[in-house]
Amino acid sequence: MASETQRRIPSPYDEPGVIEFAADEEVLNVLSPRQLMVRRFLKSRLAVLGLVILLVMYTSVIFADFIAPYSPTHRFSKFIHTPPRTIHLFDAEGNWRGPFVYGLEAEVDRVNFQRIFVEDTERIYPIRLFVRGDPYRLWGLIDTDLHLFGVPEVEPEDMGPLYLLGADHFGRDLFSRIVMGGRISLTIGLVGIAISLLIGLVLGGLSGLYGGIVDSVIQRLIEFIRSMPTIPLWMALAAALPPNLPQVQMYFGITIILSFVGWTTLARVIRGKFLQLRSEDFVLAARQAGASELYLIRSHLIPSFMSYILVYLTLAIPGMILGETALSFLGLGLTAPTISWGVLLRDSQDLQAIALHSWILTPALFVVITVLAFNFVGDGLRDAADPYSVREG
Amino acid sequence: MRDYIIRRVLHAVPTLFAISVFAFIVIQLPPGDFLTTYVANLSASGQVVDEAEVAALREQYGLNQPIYVQYYKWITNFLRGDMGQSFYWNRPVNTLVGERILTTMLISILTLIVTYGLAIPMGILSATRQHTWIDYILTVFGFIGLATPNFLLALILLWIGIQHLGLGGGGLFSPEFLDAPWSLARFWDFLKHVWLPVLIIGTSGIAEIMRVMRATTLDELGKPYVETARSKGLAEGKLVRKYPVRVALNPILSTIGWQLPVIISGSVIVASVLGLPTTGPLLWSALTTQDMFLAASILMILSVLTVVGTLLSDILLAWIDPRIRYSGQEV
Repeated sequence: MASETQRRIPSPYDEPGVIEFAADEEVLNVLSPRQLMVRRFLKSRLAVLGLVILLVMYTSVIFADFIAPYSPTHRFSKFIHTPPRTIHLFDAEGNWRGPFVYGLEAEVDRVNFQRIFVEDTERIYPIRLFVRGDPYRLWGLIDTDLHLFGVPEVEPEDMGPLYLLGADHFGRDLFSRIVMGGRISLTIGLVGIAISLLIGLVLGGLSGLYGGIVDSVIQRLIEFIRSMPTIPLWMALAAALPPNLPQVQMYFGITIILSFVGWTTLARVIRGKFLQLRSEDFVLAARQAGASELYLIRSHLIPSFMSYILVYLTLAIPGMILGETALSFLGLGLTAPTISWGVLLRDSQDLQAIALHSWILTPALFVVITVLAFNFVGDGLRDAADPYSVREG
Repeated sequence: MRDYIIRRVLHAVPTLFAISVFAFIVIQLPPGDFLTTYVANLSASGQVVDEAEVAALREQYGLNQPIYVQYYKWITNFLRGDMGQSFYWNRPVNTLVGERILTTMLISILTLIVTYGLAIPMGILSATRQHTWIDYILTVFGFIGLATPNFLLALILLWIGIQHLGLGGGGLFSPEFLDAPWSLARFWDFLKHVWLPVLIIGTSGIAEIMRVMRATTLDELGKPYVETARSKGLAEGKLVRKYPVRVALNPILSTIGWQLPVIISGSVIVASVLGLPTTGPLLWSALTTQDMFLAASILMILSVLTVVGTLLSDILLAWIDPRIRYSGQEV
């Protein structure tokens, strides 16, 4: 920013944004609006960071079984509530050994009868990439037992499993469970927002296009839904789902409940955009030229507010993720054996458990990071999508 | 002004009616009713279930009648102030809810006040001290506050409180005031305990409003009129307070009505985690035990609180800013 302002002293009567374009005008003149957006987006470091985090997270969702070192249901009964393992690089004598873990022994403290875990510095287990472990079926197609990392050629029970983030009350690997839980927690927001978008686009579009009685009815419906407090409403709807539904149906049930409120804001936004654009010159011109209504919507209206909608969607996904987490945490959403971050957090309802085994709160960290990343990306998109924005904050 | 108020109040009536129907239907959605669950539990524990007794109960609660009759019975009694019987607690819903409604309202209102009372100065501070450590700290707080689900915040603070500060777990009153009637001393005791839940429930709202306040104040601060005032020698503090802040406050105050539903809704989960004596945990347990009159009544009460709160804030706004009244007419 500084170098640009030096070249040209901005006057208050400048159109905002002109200052930014003045910098390298020749390059910018030949770029399409989309390329301009990408350029501006990449300038924001937080937005790029957010995007990278999301890419990593969603990639790990696709390859969840492969990345998780153990099956999420594999119970190591000897190692209940093991704290996160320390990954060592140097052995006891200070020699470089590459990443490894020591053998772990579970002992019972005779004084206060708690389980304690002691590292056995005699036994060294190096961590390797691409090792054989619990068998799984990737994407329901490929049978394999290959995992991204692990300790090869030794039974986990003998060495103390490689708990990156500790173990839960059944001795299951929390890291593996978090990776698998991401499959639901991360996608529920996307699916939910897709449903919201569909309803919002149809109802908001109808409302904005036709106005009159259609508009009134839809607006009253939106007002009605929005006048109810969201979480109690979600809770009541979620409680209405039969608890013994199959996992897939439960998943869609919860997504539909989350979208039930989500579409209203979207419909409002889309209606506003339709109303605003309906009387724009280019739309009137197209209509005069004999364009059909459907063609108008598809080729003129939707493209002209799509970037706005995209921003809105990015910023709305976190709400859905938090909604699922909250519902599952209360036991009204998804329930075990389904694994989601909210379900994992259920274990932390018990304060005693948090006090003794604070690592069971780690799924929360993943929720927070995901939501933060979505917010960063959304903010970055918003600033990038608005051609007149000269944001300095 | 009077017309506006009347119009808004009339608007709220059909909404409330729709909510009551909706609340009742939602509560009826789960297969079976409370009695089925009750009977199943009794049989599971090996007790003999008297068919005649069940039939009598069914008759008494009107469970064998069509749903619209049940609704009619419920809503007419509700309007008369009788919310029916809680199956699970075996007590009138009135007493169950009555004990908790005051704390629910107090917490919601306090949270609203604290949210705006903290967020606005924080936003101004963040904007006027842009790119200083205060701004960075507040920005980080803003992001984290928005991203952390409030029940989680409750858990973490509760854990810190117990583990490191030696506090007792949650609650809104000291033991000696737990069942005491309301008095000045009890209210004082309440204030001493309530700040933690209020802050937890308010955090996301504070973060959000602070960010908006910061952005709009920054926009205003860059405008020529600020430069003019400054060049005329107006003291910086007075300048910011008198002009940019006033303009920036407008969009924030106009969404005050939306904040209340968020607070009421957020307090349900936080209260459940902290075990506060509000309607939140009661709703939770009522939903899990299919205690339908209790659940429907609480859902209804929370919605009424929301609608009335939004109504009040709209009227307040129209009173402050007449332009809102006129723009409201067109829609």
